[in-house]
Amino acid sequence: MRIGVVIFPGSNGDHDALSAIELGMGQEAVPIWHKDRSADGCDALIIPGGFSYGDYLRAGAIARFSPIMEAVSEFAARGGPVIGLCNGFQILTEVHLLPGALLRNQHLEFACRWVHVRVETDRTPFTAGLDPGTILRLPIAHGEGSYYVTPEQLAELEAHQQIVFRYTDAAGAARDDANPNGSVAHIAGVCNRRGNVVGLMPHPERAYDALLGGADGRHILGALLNVRELLAVSA
Amino acid sequence: MTESTYAAEVVVFLKPGVNDPEGLAIKDGLHSLGYTGVETVRAGKYLRLVVRADDAEAARASVAAMCDQLLSNPVIENYRITVQSQAAE
Repeated sequence: MRIGVVIFPGSNGDHDALSAIELGMGQEAVPIWHKDRSADGCDALIIPGGFSYGDYLRAGAIARFSPIMEAVSEFAARGGPVIGLCNGFQILTEVHLLPGALLRNQHLEFACRWVHVRVETDRTPFTAGLDPGTILRLPIAHGEGSYYVTPEQLAELEAHQQIVFRYTDAAGAARDDANPNGSVAHIAGVCNRRGNVVGLMPHPERAYDALLGGADGRHILGALLNVRELLAVSA
Repeated sequence: MTESTYAAEVVVFLKPGVNDPEGLAIKDGLHSLGYTGVETVRAGKYLRLVVRADDAEAARASVAAMCDQLLSNPVIENYRITVQSQAAE
């Protein structure tokens, strides 16, 4: 499987993602510079974390004008699996591939620690095969990760099963004290209506080996591999 | 018709109801200084643009389009624009 990782000026999670694909999952990783215009040949795309363009104006706001983003949008429109991690999630909301926006953390602190998230749906390529209710332990590192939608938009997300991950405690209970940034409805990750584009604030690519403190991130990339096998069987 | 130069001032601010932890922290700071009468603080962004346009209305319309497309995020923010004519350079 070939997985493309889009690199912007200011990305800092790009090499984490490349290593996770190669060392963690044993798959082929393809770095894609933001000035490239093609993502041809990739089976999935990762928009990694960092501070693209210095987070100028708003986190992710300027990255959306990078030439590669048109190819990312086309890939997503064809149903290709795209995942945005942290700053990548912010970018995908700014390009309107994902709903909502990410605000400054409620308590203003840069939240850098391990959290638990609960898988809410298995209908995305990044959660396929994972039982809803599965608890994953993943690291976070962000200052602007407070997910925001209006109550009406939240009802829509619920109705269309677009909430993919929620912050919970280790036992899987969504509680205010397990929500690291004040996200609406404890939301840690969402998907588009179709389900092929996913964004989340936690960093699965920084948790692919016990040596890194945890390996639960493998479930998310591993889900992608399962999907491919399923597609191959049905083809 | 010749174009003139206009200075446009744009203030971008969070919509009512959107949590503003930065404003809350500033308010707490003011309270610590003894300004206990401060009831709310909302933090925003100030941008100053110099644009060429046929007239002030055209300048405003163009800056409003920029706000909708980039300068603000319509999901969470509103904006206010003031336009002033600038002396030709």
